[in-house]
Amino acid sequence: MDTALHSMRERIVAAHHARTSLRIHGNRTKDFYGATIKGDPLDTRGHAGIVDYEPSELVLTARCGTSLEEIALTLAKHGQFLAFEPPAFSGNPTLGGIVAAGLSGPRRAQVGAVRDFVLGTRLLTAEGELLRFGGQVMKNVAGFDVSRLLCGSLGILGLISEVSIKVLPLPKQEVTLRLPMSATEALAAFNRWRGQPLPISAGSWFDGATTVRLSGAPAALAAAQVRIGGDPLADDDAATWWNSLRNQTHPFFGNRTSLWRLSVPATTPLMAIPGPLAAEWNGALRWHATELPAEEVRRLASAAGGTATQWRGAGEDGMFHPLSPTVLEIHRKLKERFDPRGIFNPGRLVTGL
Amino acid sequence: MQDAPRKPTADSLRFEANPGTRWSDLTQPATLDHRQTLICALQAVLPADCILEREEERRPYECDGLSSHTQLPMLVVLPRTEEQVRAVLTTCHALDVPVVARGAGTGLSGGAMPHASGVVLSLARLNGILKIDPEACTARVQPGVRNLAVSEAAAPFGLYYAPDPSSQIACSIGGNVAENSGGVHCLKYGLTVHNVLGIRGFTIMGELLELGGGALDSPGLDLLAVTIGSEGLLVVVTEATLKLVPKPELAQVVMASFDDTGKAGDAVAAIIAAGIIPAGLEMMDRKATVAVEPFVKAGYDLTAEAILLAESDGTPAEVAAEIADIERVLRASGATTIKVSQSEAERLRFWSGRKNAFPAAGRISPDYYCMDGTIPRKTLGRMLRAIGDMETRFGLRCMNVFHAGDGNLHPLILFDANAPGEMDRANEFGAEILELCVKLGGTITGEHGVGVEKINSMCVQFSTAERNAFFAVKSAFDETGLLNPGKAIPTLARCAEYGKLHVHQGQIPHPDLPRF
Ligand SMILES: Cc1cc2nc3c(=O)[nH]c(=O)nc-3n(C[C@H](O)[C@H](O)[C@H](O)COP(=O)(O)OP(=O)(O)OC[C@H]3O[C@@H](n4cnc5c(N)ncnc54)[C@H](O)[C@@H]3O)c2cc1C
Repeated sequence: MDTALHSMRERIVAAHHARTSLRIHGNRTKDFYGATIKGDPLDTRGHAGIVDYEPSELVLTARCGTSLEEIALTLAKHGQFLAFEPPAFSGNPTLGGIVAAGLSGPRRAQVGAVRDFVLGTRLLTAEGELLRFGGQVMKNVAGFDVSRLLCGSLGILGLISEVSIKVLPLPKQEVTLRLPMSATEALAAFNRWRGQPLPISAGSWFDGATTVRLSGAPAALAAAQVRIGGDPLADDDAATWWNSLRNQTHPFFGNRTSLWRLSVPATTPLMAIPGPLAAEWNGALRWHATELPAEEVRRLASAAGGTATQWRGAGEDGMFHPLSPTVLEIHRKLKERFDPRGIFNPGRLVTGL
Repeated sequence: MQDAPRKPTADSLRFEANPGTRWSDLTQPATLDHRQTLICALQAVLPADCILEREEERRPYECDGLSSHTQLPMLVVLPRTEEQVRAVLTTCHALDVPVVARGAGTGLSGGAMPHASGVVLSLARLNGILKIDPEACTARVQPGVRNLAVSEAAAPFGLYYAPDPSSQIACSIGGNVAENSGGVHCLKYGLTVHNVLGIRGFTIMGELLELGGGALDSPGLDLLAVTIGSEGLLVVVTEATLKLVPKPELAQVVMASFDDTGKAGDAVAAIIAAGIIPAGLEMMDRKATVAVEPFVKAGYDLTAEAILLAESDGTPAEVAAEIADIERVLRASGATTIKVSQSEAERLRFWSGRKNAFPAAGRISPDYYCMDGTIPRKTLGRMLRAIGDMETRFGLRCMNVFHAGDGNLHPLILFDANAPGEMDRANEFGAEILELCVKLGGTITGEHGVGVEKINSMCVQFSTAERNAFFAVKSAFDETGLLNPGKAIPTLARCAEYGKLHVHQGQIPHPDLPRF
């Protein structure tokens, strides 16, 4: 155990004994995400560094405080990357924060989310035990998949101290195409393309235009480009575009008092929600800047078979879509078993837990 | 460890810190009284033809694909509807009766092995494909649907379900979800966990759980991820929403021969290092090719120490380019001959041997024992040499097939259960392979599950605190421990027992392994 890990462990054990709460944080790029909570700050950044990386194994293992920048640079040297494109927002997030938040970027619909890439974790528990789940191999069904359970847990079950994550080779080539169209036309186009063997790695609709990215072998891109049409963006412009969605620096996200993130089945038709709309993930992620009452937005999202997160402007009820009573009860029990005295990020993910 | 109570008592439903303990003995019989009470209660909620009482009706359910482990269940039920499944669960829960869900019974770790005082809940009759949505590229299916049937139903839309276990003509989606099953195309398209968008099911208390669904993200903890691969211990799945993917225009497979298994292993790493993710990347050693060739006539090079099969899919131009890349890497890695499939028929023929390796083992040997460890790819050569040594030491043959791209090994240990001592030697051989997997940084099961078979090896891979964390997950879903008890997670007592057996001269096996 290195000194940083050791001292985090001591803090945790002390908090557990004193029944005081801890607010775990890395580079604080996602302080806005989840409920604002009280608790003594517990900084994970001291426990940093890549522990193991072998490009031919497609796995990187790093400590929780390792920054995205360091990981991305290391991977790039070997022509690899984190395919789920975690958002950096305006900073340089830590691996622990990336996994705990569980947020994925523009490639989500094609390659999967953070949880689809996490192979193993180490978890520092409330009692100060360092547990290891999963591992560094691609396939592993020994024991319950606690590593994936920790993705998006916002630290409520314990401190994620180390992560082994699957990485992928960078696509041989990428082309971004822009096609002016209405939102309805865009959703129809996404529906048409989805069932075809096209190498679409991201699809968005903002400001009256659909922007799609193709990734893969040059031969496949050329053929797909003919089928999809539109105008290719210059490489720099394309990179700027996708980064502006990934990190939410696009003006659409700026200065909004109320912004909703709806995760719905991609085929959901245009929803009756007033206010500006933008879409990502080939229609499966909808951003609605609306003043509609929260209950109404949530009702519409549920009716469509999805959920709504109040990304900005959340009130008393919090950001997240309420859980069903049975699911909530399982959350309550998991919290009780993993963190019996409720010291880890209490209330950040689920009110009261 | 306490004994299983013969009659339900008020006490029996209280929370147990370790829900694995009470029912962990699968052979513990129920009393006749208890059985009769249960039958009466089930008759009230199920039609008569859904309950199998007679011994000859129950006999076929005594084991799954791990036929060395048998146990006659107290009762078998075959509900037709989701409502009946719920009723079975609430009834068993109320009467404190263990429940073992069962799909097609092809599992290879004894996950569906019955409990002597329990009910086998077969989902075989819930076999409807509820909806194929070609626009959303999803299929909503019942758990008893066969894996291959999903792809068949999706085919008219140019879609298919990617995870393709070799058992896909028989195994059920419910079983796939419970085992997080994989297939030869998982390297590129992912395992079951990457291809299931949502499930619907019931807890042992009969409470409805809907996890995930048609949307990509869900709020709260990712309970969907933890139920996939949970071996029927957390929830009985009654419906699943699956992701379908567009059929590639073309698929071709490269078959390469190597005069050394180590070189073949290195070639696998070299392909990945070159930035290529083939649609499938499989390896067979000579013992395996020699065993399958007479049955499938795939045209394998029987002089090669190992052959690799690497598949490429996509548009014709894409495939041509990737095949050229793969060939180049294989040659540089020392392949002695390389063949590329020139037609769909030939592609399927190349694969047929790999897909029929298990049945072939069954034909050349009275019995075989299939292992399922995963190791880092780079240790493949080391593992193969170690298995070679073990063959000599245990006096048994072992043929090797691998999901090489994923580092997932299926050594098939050949033995004759009627020859004195061979079965025990095969078991020890297997356990030693698994211990080496853990030592090399891998795991004791890649896709077949722990079940009853590998429960002792779990003591090697996980510490007591880690196993307690698994019990914490278990009890959050099932406080009573009634759902598939005695499987997957060993109790402390069991590990203590196993530890005693395996301590040689005061030494635990592999003392160099980190133990927290
Ligand atoms: C010849 C052969 C080849 C194989 N090849 C592969 C392979 O390539 N890849 C691979 O991954 N596996 C393979 N297997 C193993 C096996 O086919 C898989 O594990 C399969 O997913 C089991 O499905 P099943 O329907 O037969 O499940 P069963 O054997 O009936 O049950 C397996 C487990 O699932 C649970 N279960 C079943 N249905 C439900 C449900 N509805 N809800 C909750 N729990 C449930 C059971 O309790 C049990 O624990 C192979 C097996 C054989 C015999």
